[in-house]
Amino acid sequence: MSAQAKLLLRVTGVAKRFGSVIALRAAELELRAGEIHALMGANGAGKSTLVKVITGEFPADAGEVTLAGNVTVFRSPAEARRAGIVSVYQDPALVPDLTIAQNMRLARVPLDAVRATMRELGIERLDLSRRAREIDYPHLRLIDLSRALASKPRILILDEITAALPADLSERVFAAVREWRRRGHSVIFISHRMAEVAALADRATILRDGVTVGVTATRDAEDKIVNMMLGAEVAKAAAAPQPRASAGIAPQAAPALELRGLTYGHALSGVSFRLGAGEILGIAALEGQGQQELFDCIAGVRRANSGEILANGRALELRHPADAIRAGLVLVPANRLHALLPQRSIRENVALSSLGTLGAWGPIAMRAERKRVESAVERLQIDKRASSEVRRLSGGNQQKVVIARWLAAEFRTLLCFDPTRGIDIGTKRQIYALLREVAGQGAAVLLFTSELPEIRLACDRAIVLFAGRISGEMPASEADEARLLRAAHGLAAPVRAEAPV
Amino acid sequence: MSQALALVRGHTILALILLLAVFVLGIEIARPGTVTPLWISNALLFAAPLAILGAGQTLVMLTGGIDLSVASVATGAAYILATNAASGDGTALALSLSLGLIVGIVNGLGVAVLRVQPLVMTLGTGLMVGGAMTVYSQYMLASQPHVPAIIQTLGAGKILGLIPVDLFLWAAIAALMLFALHRTGFGRLLYAVGDNREACHLAGIRVWRVLFVDYVLCALLAAIAGLVLVGGTNAADLSLADVYLLPSVACVIIGGTSIFGGRGGYSGTIVGALILTVLTSILTLLDVPEPVKQILYGAIILSLAAAYARLTE
Amino acid sequence: MGAVHILRRNGGSRSFSHHLRAAGMPLLFLASILATLAIHRNFGAFDVQSLALGALPLAMAATAQAIVVISGGIDLSVGSMIAVSNVLSASLMQHASFRQSLGLAVLIIGLGAVQGAINGILIILSRIPDIVVTLTTGFIWGGVALLVLERPGGGAPSDFLEIGAGADLSPFLPNALLLLIVAVAVIWLPIRSSRLGLSLYASGSDSVAAFRSGVDPRLARILAYGLGGIFCAVGGVSLTMTTGIGAPLAGAYYTLSSVAAVVIGGVSLNGGRGGVLGPILAALLLTLLPMDLIFLNIDPNYGQVIQGTLIVLVVMVGGFAAFLQGRS
Repeated sequence: MSAQAKLLLRVTGVAKRFGSVIALRAAELELRAGEIHALMGANGAGKSTLVKVITGEFPADAGEVTLAGNVTVFRSPAEARRAGIVSVYQDPALVPDLTIAQNMRLARVPLDAVRATMRELGIERLDLSRRAREIDYPHLRLIDLSRALASKPRILILDEITAALPADLSERVFAAVREWRRRGHSVIFISHRMAEVAALADRATILRDGVTVGVTATRDAEDKIVNMMLGAEVAKAAAAPQPRASAGIAPQAAPALELRGLTYGHALSGVSFRLGAGEILGIAALEGQGQQELFDCIAGVRRANSGEILANGRALELRHPADAIRAGLVLVPANRLHALLPQRSIRENVALSSLGTLGAWGPIAMRAERKRVESAVERLQIDKRASSEVRRLSGGNQQKVVIARWLAAEFRTLLCFDPTRGIDIGTKRQIYALLREVAGQGAAVLLFTSELPEIRLACDRAIVLFAGRISGEMPASEADEARLLRAAHGLAAPVRAEAPV
Repeated sequence: MSQALALVRGHTILALILLLAVFVLGIEIARPGTVTPLWISNALLFAAPLAILGAGQTLVMLTGGIDLSVASVATGAAYILATNAASGDGTALALSLSLGLIVGIVNGLGVAVLRVQPLVMTLGTGLMVGGAMTVYSQYMLASQPHVPAIIQTLGAGKILGLIPVDLFLWAAIAALMLFALHRTGFGRLLYAVGDNREACHLAGIRVWRVLFVDYVLCALLAAIAGLVLVGGTNAADLSLADVYLLPSVACVIIGGTSIFGGRGGYSGTIVGALILTVLTSILTLLDVPEPVKQILYGAIILSLAAAYARLTE
Repeated sequence: MGAVHILRRNGGSRSFSHHLRAAGMPLLFLASILATLAIHRNFGAFDVQSLALGALPLAMAATAQAIVVISGGIDLSVGSMIAVSNVLSASLMQHASFRQSLGLAVLIIGLGAVQGAINGILIILSRIPDIVVTLTTGFIWGGVALLVLERPGGGAPSDFLEIGAGADLSPFLPNALLLLIVAVAVIWLPIRSSRLGLSLYASGSDSVAAFRSGVDPRLARILAYGLGGIFCAVGGVSLTMTTGIGAPLAGAYYTLSSVAAVVIGGVSLNGGRGGVLGPILAALLLTLLPMDLIFLNIDPNYGQVIQGTLIVLVVMVGGFAAFLQGRS
């Protein structure tokens, strides 16, 4: 496609604020006909807000959206759809209590067209009479995409559609997006994954703090994009750490955490491993291989059917997260919103973990609490400008608050479930540096991450889960993406259940 | 102007107090000479039972709940007190408070342990208590209900003819509420549970214990409010506190506590209860027919709550 | 391959509490009919008729509440709206002819739609939660009812009263029951099966997703409350039809009982799920109960206790099932 291709959509000077929070200051975007255009930026840069302004979910405070030369203001996503702009939002837009077929009827999308696009995405076997509530998240995203494609949009917008998709499903999305470009339509593609963007998109627009800071062709522009996303100074400070050499862990009498034959329903069967103090153990897996259940069982959120969980050599009976916390096992869940009190202050959020026992219902020692909270906040360099309500913090800072909670309390083993999902590179590196620091001080860390290259950067050792079993184990130095992926697809020979530490 | 608005947003309680002052001023302008020490004393006397009901309602609304059984519990407690006065003040008092305790425990079990929606649960227990009282009253027709002197003093008495006795009870409850909500772990947990129940669970908090105690406290406060009410009227009937259901919710909402939980406090409820009491007083002074009064009262509550919702957005 | 795996694992089994909700109400109703027959051997056409007559206003209230709850709201002004149409019809029809009465009934039902829509509009404009708004408008409509008719009175032409009282088709199919069926079939069923009905369910289930699918959740809300108002008005007029008078305070009972019927009838208060059949059966059940108590020579005031207990039990059983499931 040529650089002189027709301009299809133009966004100029769009601003939007929510109460005291400014989401967009001056967003610019130029989308050509027949291109895949990446929209990039750190968390809170305003990408999703811009998408919602374009598709009419809410009006902009200032600025213009021009579609094929005409200034347009959509009052609802339905109006945008009629004009040929359809978005697959970050959270699924299917009504949970309606069946898939009813959802299509609601959106006035013909069923035959949806069936056709579902076939293209390889999900034609899905039963259309099932309620959206009963379908898992990755497939909901694909159905959402099928619906979007079925209304034949001139402009398709995908907001982090691959964030929670396993690799195989992501590939199908990429194929569909390329096919859409081939037919001469345009795609706006939002993703945090640089590799995806480089492989898929023609050009990228980069947002920082609600302002468009640059437009570039994506080929060989990774460093440039990162610099623009973060601003020059931050980028320097957050220089990438080197891959870790396989650290020799001293054999210990009693590991910080040990699992013996943990089984949970069909999700986990006979999972055993040891995690030493001072070690960071990475878990790699495709979507839905039992990693969620594994973390939940260890954190006391779910009860395992059989098997043992030992902390420092002591077998645990975990009926409630409180039992796990008492044993020093603390969880940082994937979804920050599951762990935070959005309307309360940083202080109350961080101090929450100390209120778990009945004895803590009495008067609070305010001064001691403030000291404890402040030291944790400082250690994590949390931006305190909006400290009265954590919902006003950026995603990265919110995640830091969750971690600060456990730093302010006491723990022996930190269970981190995809702590950097949807977080910008700067904060991501800060979080990994912190995990390293925590481990250096003698804590154990169990880390699941959906981004395989990070295992090598952040961990000492890696375990791969496949269909609820351990399908591979290797030191971090050998945990390159190819090896992890093979094991994650169950291709490597399973290791013995009792892996040597 | 926008600065003033920002100031109000930051200190909503100031706006409420201002509104209260405007209401009082309005009365004085419309009917000069109305606002006397005696009038203020009466306003406080009448505001106290509402504010005590509002205290319980605040506790449950902070957790994202609501208690629609407070009116029935208040009425029931009052009725039990009056019908058992013959067996001694202590016994009568214990019996009526134990109604609050029992209903609180049932509500708590339903909401906290079995996770029933508070609205439905308390609606059900409210019906149960109301019906049980009707049945109970038919067995009690023979006895001569009367209100113990000490409760009459509590609900209607004034020291030096000016300071209402129930003000002391109210002040004690208010002090406890404010301290508990802002300076104790339990208070923190009420906000936390109301804001994000799941997060509390993950942080190792036994959420059901918090909610259980919360609903028991609310029902006990409702029973106490019933006692103050019946002391004031000196007559127990089965619709004593019915008219207080809407105001008990309204004073909390007007006071800035979110019905979705996690935000608010008791100081707002105090001013909310005073505003509603003064409003009633204004409507009485206007000398309009009862239905019109009712319509105006509802309309004003609605506009106040709407104004508040816009202000704090 | 992961895809196939996930597809298979989620293949269709529904939760226990879901089954309980779906099957519970018809079973409960059947059981109470059987119990009634056992208690009252001579239960016959007359009793069926008085049951239908007694239950008609509550069934309407339950339908109104169900529609609002399905769309994600709750209406605590149901009783007062019924009271308004009740006193309006009783005072306007008092000296009217039969034909005029029919016209007035249609007019009052139209007013009911307006009344309900006002509830919805207020909720949208004020941005206050439904429960607070309708608690307050309930207070206001209650005042309006008192304004129309200060104390019980009024009336309607006898031909008009006959519509409800008779049983023209079969002694076991009283007109009141027919009226109920016709009202639901004419007003609700066409909407339910249309995209409009879908939009009600959708906005009750997830209003953001509904908006993104092309539904205007504000319109859906006004529509739901408006429909609720229509059924309340039908309930109010039928109250006049069945009692012959208007009573400004008679409505109070219907607010709480309509919520009770919805809960017992298996409609989730979270919105988006359920139908009107369960609540209507629950309304019949709640009317049958005091009748049974009278047959048994028990103080009918126990009816309210039983109603409250039933609510608590039904929701607790649901909660208990979920509780057990969480344990296992």
